Amino acid sequence: MRIVVAVKQVPDTAEVRIDEERGTLIREGIPSILNPFDEYALEEAMRWRDELGGTVTVMTMGPPQAEAVLREAVSMGADEAILLSDRAFAGADTWATSHTLAKAVEKMGDVDIVMTGKQAIDGDTAQTGPSIAASLDWPQITFVGFVRELNRDSIVAERYVEGGCEVIRSSLPVVITVLKDANTPRLPSLRGKMKSRKIEIPVWGREYLELPEDEVGLDGSPTRVVSITTPEIISNGEIHRGDPAELAKLMVDSLLGTEAF
Amino acid sequence: MASIEVRKETCVGCGECVPACPFGAIAMENELAVISDECTLCGACESSCSYGAIIIRTGETGETEIDQYSGIMVLAEQRDGTIDHSTLELLGEARRLAEADGSSVSVVLLTEEAGDWPAKLISYGADTVYLAEDAQLKHFRTEPFSRIAEILIIEKKPAVVLAAATTTGRDLMPRIAKNLNTGLTADCTELAIDPESGALLQTRPAFGGNILATIVCSDTRPQMATVRPRVMKAMDPDENRVGVIERIKLSPLNLESRTEVLEFNPLDEGEVDITEAEVIVSGGRGLKSPENFALLQELASLLDGSIGASRAAVDAGWVPYPHQVGQTGKTVQPKTYIACGISGAVQHRVGMQSSDRILAVNKDETAPIFEFCDVGFVGDLFEIIPFVIKEIKRRRK
Repeated sequence: MRIVVAVKQVPDTAEVRIDEERGTLIREGIPSILNPFDEYALEEAMRWRDELGGTVTVMTMGPPQAEAVLREAVSMGADEAILLSDRAFAGADTWATSHTLAKAVEKMGDVDIVMTGKQAIDGDTAQTGPSIAASLDWPQITFVGFVRELNRDSIVAERYVEGGCEVIRSSLPVVITVLKDANTPRLPSLRGKMKSRKIEIPVWGREYLELPEDEVGLDGSPTRVVSITTPEIISNGEIHRGDPAELAKLMVDSLLGTEAF
Repeated sequence: MASIEVRKETCVGCGECVPACPFGAIAMENELAVISDECTLCGACESSCSYGAIIIRTGETGETEIDQYSGIMVLAEQRDGTIDHSTLELLGEARRLAEADGSSVSVVLLTEEAGDWPAKLISYGADTVYLAEDAQLKHFRTEPFSRIAEILIIEKKPAVVLAAATTTGRDLMPRIAKNLNTGLTADCTELAIDPESGALLQTRPAFGGNILATIVCSDTRPQMATVRPRVMKAMDPDENRVGVIERIKLSPLNLESRTEVLEFNPLDEGEVDITEAEVIVSGGRGLKSPENFALLQELASLLDGSIGASRAAVDAGWVPYPHQVGQTGKTVQPKTYIACGISGAVQHRVGMQSSDRILAVNKDETAPIFEFCDVGFVGDLFEIIPFVIKEIKRRRK
């Protein structure tokens, strides 16, 4: 089984602060982390590799420093890593990103499954996984909460949707996007850490992937961000203090007349 | 003028492109692909050809082509023959946008049996209903649904295509957008038409809700967006609205799928999907232990509500993940959200800030939750909530 896990290096959004005066993100000093949802995809890939044999390749598109998340993934147990990095890739939206990742998967050849986290915590689009599937013309199963079966020819996975769970069977090759429900990611091992320090990570650029300039990065992106604003927080709520019994009465008062009653 | 060409010297006659064409416009003649007039230049064959033998030349692009696109198309969502409320919200929003430039609103309904829904969709704002009924459309399946939508979009040329940012819309739309080589914006909370360019301004939260980004798709069409459920307003249905119902012609090829839905397991009774709850009583780190959630459960039951939780409470193992509200959990919009012992960090806020009414109980007067709740109570939840339960029971007697 040859599994590719597409991961992303993201700023830890929990640490992001806003420059109140300019309304912009303060990104200096914000730690970069492996997108938390991608850890579940990585664990799922390794779980099945451990059972069926094969290899797990982590892949990311990003600036040279994105290599750090690949090394982190190797320390957790990934077998190989590939960095897609080129100045021409900068400014890519989900169309261009998935296009580039799909091309790299094609370049690797003989890949059975591409797994990725449900979404990245910076963009929150959840679009890259299904777009990779479209680029490769593979089937897809998104929002996977549990992989029931996996063998050489097919996969059976539970897709968590509004109001229930769909059980889906797909032929391979396939792209799946993984939810937090799927597993508990393992911690880096000592052996993994040693491997992660030594491993050679190839860097693939636009020319190596034989992609025309207008299909990558900003030039290959149909969408553009035209403005960024900070959401207004309306703080005109009434705040009560005092005796708990009195507060409870006030709370029931404020619940009265709402749909709760 | 765009054109398509099969390079004779490169084509090996493998025939891969024949099934790839959604229009059946390619035939093999003397080991060479021949493209008939049925071709719509959709590009499906170009990407299917492993040898790069099929080339589409776009030639004069730009404004003329973009001008050919008009109107707003909504992709309806249904389960078991019932239209999801998000579709009605999208129609309401599409109607509002269409009024701005006098364009029309269409809706695409793919289902097993439509019943009286087409007429209802018209009453909720659609001018045209594109309808396909087939037993194989009973369950949403990515491939047939995206293929049928792609063909329809190529044929009808809507300027804007909208779907709900549900698990269905977020599965379907990226596939369509990638295949049609156009832009897609995820999970929009605000849409507007730029009065100067006529482009769709698509606004969405990003960076864990820290910022709002406005995105345009200026050079390609259609402009596609998924829209967060429960943000836009459905219009009051108008039985007198007139519209057209047009049947989509299906070929067996359109319905082919490499995935199949083996079963659908609805949530067990009592195991409510919190995204659909009208009242949510939510607990955070301040709950201190799993046992204490029983207190919130009692309040939730009294109010006919569901239990929510912050990530801290879920990570501690006090409450299962399906109840998690926030950036890495669910986005909810109940009528009443009662936050107990939740500080209200931005990651939690983005998941519940659209609730109609937010009540908060927290010991810490400086907790961020007090900056955006509607009614706040500074105090110990273990003292206040039991009184609340007692008081509700007393008043109900």
